[in-house]
Amino acid sequence: MISAEHVTVARSGRKLLDNVGLDLEPGKFTVVIGPNGAGKSTLMKVISGEMKPDIGFVSYHGTGVDLCQPVELAKRRAVLPQATQLAFPFTALEIVRMGAVAQGALNPTEQARQALSRVGLRSFESRPYPSLSGGEQQRVQFARALAQVPQPVSDGVPRALFLDEPTASLDLGHQISVLEIARDFANAGGIVLAILHDLNLAAEFADHLVVLNHGRVVAEGACLETVNDEIIASVYGIAGAVGRLPAAHIPYVLPQSRHR
Amino acid sequence: MPFRPADDGDRTRQGVAVLLLLAVMLFAACLLSLGVGPTGVGLRDLWTYATGNSASLSTQERVILEAVRLPRTALGLLVGAGLAVSGAMMQGLFRNPLADPGIVGVTAGAGLAAVAAIVLGNGILAPVAMLLGNQFLPLMAFFGGLFNTWMLYLIATRDGRTSTTTLILSGIAIGALSVALMGLMIVMADDRQLRDITFWNLGSLGGATFGRVLSILPFIGVVMVIMPFVARGLDALVLGDAAAFHMGIPVQRLKKIVIVAVAAACGSTVAVAGSIGFVGIVVPHLLRLVMGPSHRFLLPGSALGGGALLLVADSVARTVAAPAELPIGVITALFGAPVFLFLLLGKNGITTRDMP
Repeated sequence: MISAEHVTVARSGRKLLDNVGLDLEPGKFTVVIGPNGAGKSTLMKVISGEMKPDIGFVSYHGTGVDLCQPVELAKRRAVLPQATQLAFPFTALEIVRMGAVAQGALNPTEQARQALSRVGLRSFESRPYPSLSGGEQQRVQFARALAQVPQPVSDGVPRALFLDEPTASLDLGHQISVLEIARDFANAGGIVLAILHDLNLAAEFADHLVVLNHGRVVAEGACLETVNDEIIASVYGIAGAVGRLPAAHIPYVLPQSRHR
Repeated sequence: MPFRPADDGDRTRQGVAVLLLLAVMLFAACLLSLGVGPTGVGLRDLWTYATGNSASLSTQERVILEAVRLPRTALGLLVGAGLAVSGAMMQGLFRNPLADPGIVGVTAGAGLAAVAAIVLGNGILAPVAMLLGNQFLPLMAFFGGLFNTWMLYLIATRDGRTSTTTLILSGIAIGALSVALMGLMIVMADDRQLRDITFWNLGSLGGATFGRVLSILPFIGVVMVIMPFVARGLDALVLGDAAAFHMGIPVQRLKKIVIVAVAAACGSTVAVAGSIGFVGIVVPHLLRLVMGPSHRFLLPGSALGGGALLLVADSVARTVAAPAELPIGVITALFGAPVFLFLLLGKNGITTRDMP
């Protein structure tokens, strides 16, 4: 289990995170939602060990994150960042291989190929990363994260995937396939933490939903308890949106109703 | 582009092949450098010497090979390797293919410190100079280069990102400041020191001795030794500080090591050969085109290619206008400046992508 306790981060007099506690359990897909500036990315930075909180504590299976060497952390969790630009023309395979190398793979090239296949980019191996579209770049980065934690549970220790807006530049089909890979990862005993903006996707995939606003956790739990009119209205300022179908002549896309 | 990535996206074999080719080129460049010169001692004499028949050569021929050509070749090899590797490392550190110690003022910092060493070596720094002997000038140049690299990093990097504009502009400012201070030092210098400074400043491998070779060998040697240990980190750093950390790289430690290595390689070469521009930008750039940007191959490739390029440039410098010698910096600039402009204009869109 990965836990954050009493995490507070203040920058230039403003509290980005205010006494946030969060438990990421193995086998669970945890989703953080909240408006812009709620502190979602900051929370992920703190949990991944990238940022040190002013107050509070993050532990990986009982060990403080600040006591872990970067190399050890790299074996326990992989992070999918928001859009990444490169100054040098690495190929897709070379990018993904970096993740496999970070995890200490015996055959990183082979592992990188497998990860690229999982995100449906097998034929993109030799493409220079800067020449890919935004969505393709995002999926290459996702493959890199997968190559870093190829097994959801390894040596009896659950591994974690942290995804910062993994669906941001993807089309609907790829949004779903990325999140399904993440859900399989959780179902197999891994830990998944994702930041999402699409509430429908969040409700569909989250086992545990955390609503963040102004740096505080305003609600958490199963989707039915957290995505309700009262909370959505108070956080996003949009009332009456939940559970109400739009008028019949307005087309809408509901991911839950897709054919499986 | 001369080579496209292999179809499976893995350029390991390509990298190894290019490294082997570079090793052969470097060997050829060494032969060229040893066998060419205005005195008429040529490859045949070199062969005679190398096969153990040195007795059949005249004393003069032997002296030319042993005391003139050999140290010069060794020095050119070390200087070229140092310049190219410091360029490649700096470009990785700043995530910018335009970073070059000469352009962003690191060379100027090393030069300022070298001039200070010459001018103050008999004055207030005399005890230090006595203590360090041969290492005094390279060490001073190293600290000068280190100081400017550090300043540049502090100024030009915000949130782990370096914009090309800030990098080049602040590099120019730092370099200009160093040159101005160098001017002040020169005003303070006496006649003999002025002569030393002028000779040093010409940027030449002339006057190479085994003493000079030995004085920079530790610096270049250390940089060569750490190369394999920073290669993976520099690759990961291309994705950004955060992503590199997520992949297990101790980012701050890596950056400190690389900054010190850049200063060591660049500073020590400036100390013995003056400022020789553009090797640090041309060699890594050309190599990225044929072997890809991975530092696993780029760093050793730059060492081999830089050595070869400088030896060839030096051979040209001392033969085209023989018996006069052109400053080697002139040759490298004639070749390198157009490449730099080409890069700056971003004609090759895949290689230069400006960071926002």
